[in-house]
Amino acid sequence: MSLSNENAQAYWGENLRIIITYLAIWFVVSYGCGILFVDALDQIQFFGFPLGFWFAQQGSIYVFIVLIWAYVFSMNKLDEKYDVHE
Amino acid sequence: MSLDALTYLFVGGSFALYIGIAIWARAGSTKEFYVAGGGVPPIANGMATAADWMSAASFISLAGIVSFIGRDGAAYLMGWTGGYVLLAMLLAPYLRKFGKFTVPDFIGDRYYSSTARTIAVICTIIISFTYVAGQMRGVGIVFSRYLNVDINTGVVIGMAIVFFYAVLGGMKGITYTQVAQYCVLILAFMVPAIFLSLQVTGHVLPQTALGATLESGQSVLSTLNQLSAELGFKEYTSGSKTTIDMFFMTAALMTGTAGLPHVIVRFFTVPRVKDARLSAGWALIFIAILYTSVPGVAGFGRVNLIQTVNGVENQGREYSQIPEWFARWETTGLIKWEDKNADGKVFYSGRDDNELTVNRDIMVLANPEIAQLPNWVIALVAAGAVAAALSTAAGLLLVISTSISHDLMKKTLKPNLSEKEELLYARGAAVVAIIIAGYFGVNPPGFVAQVVALAFGLAASSVFPAILMGIFSKRMNTAGAVSGMIAGITVTMAYIIYFKFLGGTSDQWIMGISPEGFGTVGMILNFIVAKVVSSMTAEPPAEIQQIVEDIRIPRGAGAAADH
Repeated sequence: MSLSNENAQAYWGENLRIIITYLAIWFVVSYGCGILFVDALDQIQFFGFPLGFWFAQQGSIYVFIVLIWAYVFSMNKLDEKYDVHE
Repeated sequence: MSLDALTYLFVGGSFALYIGIAIWARAGSTKEFYVAGGGVPPIANGMATAADWMSAASFISLAGIVSFIGRDGAAYLMGWTGGYVLLAMLLAPYLRKFGKFTVPDFIGDRYYSSTARTIAVICTIIISFTYVAGQMRGVGIVFSRYLNVDINTGVVIGMAIVFFYAVLGGMKGITYTQVAQYCVLILAFMVPAIFLSLQVTGHVLPQTALGATLESGQSVLSTLNQLSAELGFKEYTSGSKTTIDMFFMTAALMTGTAGLPHVIVRFFTVPRVKDARLSAGWALIFIAILYTSVPGVAGFGRVNLIQTVNGVENQGREYSQIPEWFARWETTGLIKWEDKNADGKVFYSGRDDNELTVNRDIMVLANPEIAQLPNWVIALVAAGAVAAALSTAAGLLLVISTSISHDLMKKTLKPNLSEKEELLYARGAAVVAIIIAGYFGVNPPGFVAQVVALAFGLAASSVFPAILMGIFSKRMNTAGAVSGMIAGITVTMAYIIYFKFLGGTSDQWIMGISPEGFGTVGMILNFIVAKVVSSMTAEPPAEIQQIVEDIRIPRGAGAAADH
């Protein structure tokens, strides 16, 4: 482990910021668009679907996939920046 | 070729494939038996995770549930996929860096406590047995419906196949058979789904077809809403569950998914930390192919069912005019018709004049017949349903046998077991677990459906928070984690048992939260109790804090696992 204590702290801090950002989107899309504001969004039509219904049954799942892959790329970059990759 | 011959060919052929893979991938060491040697490529692990995760419930029941409860089905669709985001970002990479074999391994080592380890073992075993009982039954049911063998014979055949590759190959055998099973099950789900959406809308993809416009000029969804209104069902695109219940239920299913031991353990099998993240990404893509098709299958299935049964005028249809699949599924009891007004017509509605009882599972099982698809599609669905049930059963059985041989025998009762003896215990425990699972398959406890809430509630209120705090809080100590888990489990179990087994009614639900959603409350309580108790007790020893520092840094995972 060649990483200094300071660098380890900084790496962890950036890691947490990445996680919090993506989980905020995760929350807004699934619990927000799919549950809390679903009725309001249903007033909008989206390719034949009421928008809220679409988010609840399909859209949120697509966003989940994008989030995990974005996280994978962000973390790979971060690992290289701090030289902790394998 | 006749339907029976085709079904035997498809199911038999898939079994031969699984057995061939099992012989090729025999396990020689405990490391191969527990985590496939830690050398599984991420894309293969993603497929194996998808097959491990998608059980008889996802394959057979999910579309039916969505079909009959409409928009509220989103709790399952989002809950059972959103958990992978939590898994990818909060658990999998760190557990992979930790580099042991099981969930109790992590909880026991991180909280330097055999009490914590034992609680984790008990939760793991209860969750896994609860789950596996339903899988074995599922295999039996598929055999009896498609191959006309007795349900019990079907269960025994399923046991024999799982026995072969789980006991022989351990995690290594299971991983590569699961890859094959994923291919079989996704093909078996998508072929009829695509046929169905082409037939109803002319779209290839069920994902977009659900939004399509029909020949009548109306969209599929508004047709469904209109039919529902005429027949006294609630509107398809609006929900009937309260917002707070949807919220808590989705959260319990998400955190429960992330805390299921048989899913977590799959991330121990890849070489590096970045592979653990990547396999979560692949797993969710493979899962989403099925999950995003489900709403389409559910919607078309419902339109087809209503129009076939009630006829073009939606007033009911002469029994003699109804296609022959109806009679075939009547003999299995999945559809029941009672001619209440004695007019010789079948009529389906959401009011008192309804004459039809429909089992939800029919939406997937009978779909190919309702849509008059060729026989080979029906045979394929049978092979897919068996693949879905077997792959999940195998993953669960491995977790049970590992908990017993590794966590209980090696780590708790007999620390000086040799590698060879431990492997023997692992295989022995797998045999016993298969026999118990088979027993539940033959004599199903009447409450399989109810106990699923228990499995997710338990995972959400105990395993998930304990691991999360173990990674993200250096300050969390034994006393905090143990009291948190006990508080979470007690409250969740008490609530579920009261409402599911002791006759509690829905007007007594606390804040309108259903038992399915109460795992979320248990989880929150776990966090609070753990935080309070740990802040009043001594901080963990320096070497434990060093472990936490260490699992947060990806480098060294491969070395730690001898690669």
